[in-house]
Amino acid sequence: MSFADGESIRVRDLDKGGHVRAPRYVRGKRGEIVHLLGEFKNPEDLAYGEYERPTKPLYRVLFRQSDLWEDYEGNSDDTLVVDIYEHWLEGA
Amino acid sequence: MSGNGHNHDHPHPGTGRTATPHALRVRAMEKLLVEKGVLTEAEIQDRISYMDSRSPANGARLAAKAWTDEAFKERLLTDTKSAALELGVDASGPVEFIVVENTPEVHNLIVCTLCSCYPRAILGRPPDWYKSFEYRSRAVKEPRAVMREFDYEPPEGIEVRVHDSTADIRYMILPMRPEGTEGMSEEELAELVTRDSLVGVTEVGRVR
Repeated sequence: MSFADGESIRVRDLDKGGHVRAPRYVRGKRGEIVHLLGEFKNPEDLAYGEYERPTKPLYRVLFRQSDLWEDYEGNSDDTLVVDIYEHWLEGA
Repeated sequence: MSGNGHNHDHPHPGTGRTATPHALRVRAMEKLLVEKGVLTEAEIQDRISYMDSRSPANGARLAAKAWTDEAFKERLLTDTKSAALELGVDASGPVEFIVVENTPEVHNLIVCTLCSCYPRAILGRPPDWYKSFEYRSRAVKEPRAVMREFDYEPPEGIEVRVHDSTADIRYMILPMRPEGTEGMSEEELAELVTRDSLVGVTEVGRVR
């Protein structure tokens, strides 16, 4: 599974506790891949001393603010970019 | 019980450390880490010195150079660490940097909703408000209202783009060069660049 620049994605709403980095406010939301940032160790492993687990691809993902917040007050073309590890993403 | 060899009910002048409950807890943890051989006092001092040597002035110099040297700007935007090193700013370390450029079309703002991720290796420690729950929760949801509180109103029709530093990348903003600065030197330009404009809660002001 990998995603191309510009590809439409949805952030998976994984029921995962502990040290996770995918913010709640983007879970279940549609966005667009900006680009791949590279391979990084997964903080969900590192936080628990699992230093040898495989790296994960990390993407910059762009959202329209109006897709994130029902009552967003800014311009309709305001956006937000979050860095998200691949296992939190699915095609949309 | 502290590293100073006596019980504490007073701050030590000149150490910059106060005896708040949090500070005491941190010092107790520090002492334990040293006792258990995880860290040495020297490593802790090195880290403090490293942080103290960083400041928003570094970001200001990078921005001013980028405004006056198009090739440098390209390098700053595409390979921030090596561009920073050209000006003697050592941002090497495990985290990556991305500099995002403000344009007439897009104004950028950085936040870390999870904690306090900040381009420390360039700018030093973040201001307290950057780490506040209020900023972290509001910057993503109502960035324009937050900027208004910093006396900045992005021009009509401009896209506001928030960058939430959730992972291994630290973001810094390259503000727009203000009008009326055509004849200014790099040093004079650097004087105009504020920390807050490098975070994006405001933009570098027009020179009157």
